[in-house]
Amino acid sequence: MQDYQSSLGNADSRMFETFSYLPTMNAEQTRQQIQYIVDKGWNPSVEHTEPEHAAGSYWYMWKLPMFGETDVDAILKELEACHTTHPDNHVRLLGLDNFAQCAGTSMVVYRGQTV
Amino acid sequence: MAKVYDAGVKDYRETYWMPDYTPKETDILACFKVTPQDGVPREELAAAVAAESSTGTWTTVWTDLLTDLDYYKGRCYAIEDVPGDDTCFYAFIAYPIDLFEEGSVVNIMTSLVGNVFGFKALRALRLEDIRFPIAYVMTCNGPPQGIQLERDILNKYGRPLLGCTIKPKLGLSAKNYGRACYEGLRGGLDFTKDDENVNSQPFMRWRARFDFVQEAIEKAEAETGERKGHYLNVTAPTSDEMMKRAEYAKEIGSPIIMHDYITGGWTANTQLAQWCQDNGMLLHIHRAMHAVLDRNPHHGIHFRVLTKILRLSGGDHLHSGTVVGKLEGDRDATLGWIDIMRDSYIKEDRSRGIFFDQDWGAMPGVIPVASGGIHVWHMPALVNIFGDDSCLQFGGGTLGHPWGNAAGAAANRVAVEACVEARNIGRELEKEGKDILTTAAKHSPELAIAMETWKEIKFEFDTVDKIDVAHK
Repeated sequence: MQDYQSSLGNADSRMFETFSYLPTMNAEQTRQQIQYIVDKGWNPSVEHTEPEHAAGSYWYMWKLPMFGETDVDAILKELEACHTTHPDNHVRLLGLDNFAQCAGTSMVVYRGQTV
Repeated sequence: MAKVYDAGVKDYRETYWMPDYTPKETDILACFKVTPQDGVPREELAAAVAAESSTGTWTTVWTDLLTDLDYYKGRCYAIEDVPGDDTCFYAFIAYPIDLFEEGSVVNIMTSLVGNVFGFKALRALRLEDIRFPIAYVMTCNGPPQGIQLERDILNKYGRPLLGCTIKPKLGLSAKNYGRACYEGLRGGLDFTKDDENVNSQPFMRWRARFDFVQEAIEKAEAETGERKGHYLNVTAPTSDEMMKRAEYAKEIGSPIIMHDYITGGWTANTQLAQWCQDNGMLLHIHRAMHAVLDRNPHHGIHFRVLTKILRLSGGDHLHSGTVVGKLEGDRDATLGWIDIMRDSYIKEDRSRGIFFDQDWGAMPGVIPVASGGIHVWHMPALVNIFGDDSCLQFGGGTLGHPWGNAAGAAANRVAVEACVEARNIGRELEKEGKDILTTAAKHSPELAIAMETWKEIKFEFDTVDKIDVAHK
């Protein structure tokens, strides 16, 4: 039997919703998930936040959502630019579904210093 | 020319059988499966069903002539054979919209499944489907928040929601019960759930349960950084008591409450749903007693009708069956009523048991909840069948994990995320499920043990209530 490792005092216990219970994705896996967002016809949107404010609904938008963008490399480049500018912040990619008026998916791509 | 009063008994079909009638856009339409007593002609019996579920009685009365009964009457406009079953037939009946009070599923069902179900000339009767015209839909309040708003409130995107019903169903103290919730939530569940028969018994009164469970939610949220909830069951002996419990759940900050809409009643449910919308609360709906009504293929009310009733009365989640677990549910029929819960327009599709087009307009959707005898091995099929807008609930499949329910929850969470990741890159979940789970388990000892524990458990019994197709 194993103890379940999770506590208030251990920042590694903090999770990040979809895909955060899987091992960190490699570059190819991340590309494939971005391709899924593009294939669904959703609008990619990059957002970031200071880790201590991650719980809120609103993170900072990195520029405007990339309406109509279907080039996975262009999307990866913006994720990387956001991360380079805010290296201590969490960075997530959303796929905005304008028909459902709701994000179709959301995944944290870069983790900052978790608190 | 005015009619003349002629006392006595007329055949129902003289008045209520109208094969040339074209239903209006605003009519409420119903399809009944009628099993006659021997020797009763189809048209007469179908007309009797139309009469007894609308304006008619067994004899002519003088007061009929004080109104325009030809306008108000229900009309049987079609009869069809039931594929594969000669003992019964379908009767299609149209009702003018002003036979029914606005926003009242109670009023509609009191007519449609009232006295007529005890009618002696019938051996059995089943309400298969109802078409609610958009004009009527617009008078109902519907789901308090809807699928998209629930996602925004809870910050859950791109995957099914995960829940767990706390077991044992009865007998835990409030503090021990809160412990079981906390362990599941910290392991990665979005929700834990009161079982339907947890109300306010001597071993655990509602208020103590609410307080301990809320503490469990808050600690699990702080620990994981994710938003969590527990369906606090407010089903109660009176609607005043139900509202008192709902108010307290809101006061302590619970995001979601729960109601049993059939045993609790549709009046109470509609009241609670409207309150939830006014108070920013999500509403989870359980369906105890549904199988009493919907399981017999010849008598009762089909679950697709009960699904429509709930969407009109109001609820954000509704149990739908799992297809793969321990409880009854034909796959195609289940896919049909899942569409009825979530979509804005559903086309007639007899292969899924859907008899009418149904337009919900802007009415929000309901999240189907798959619950009952499911475990990690079912995850690939569940994600494939239900898609993202669903809530997958593992009770025994969480709490029965050899290392406890935090580990059980983590196993399910890893499994659901692995299935979503695989689906998104185009893998076929039901074919490649074993490989997907086995790969994921390499990084999750919790999942590996869960897969070992439940590898032999299957529920392979034939479905009692099948779609009517020529299967003889």
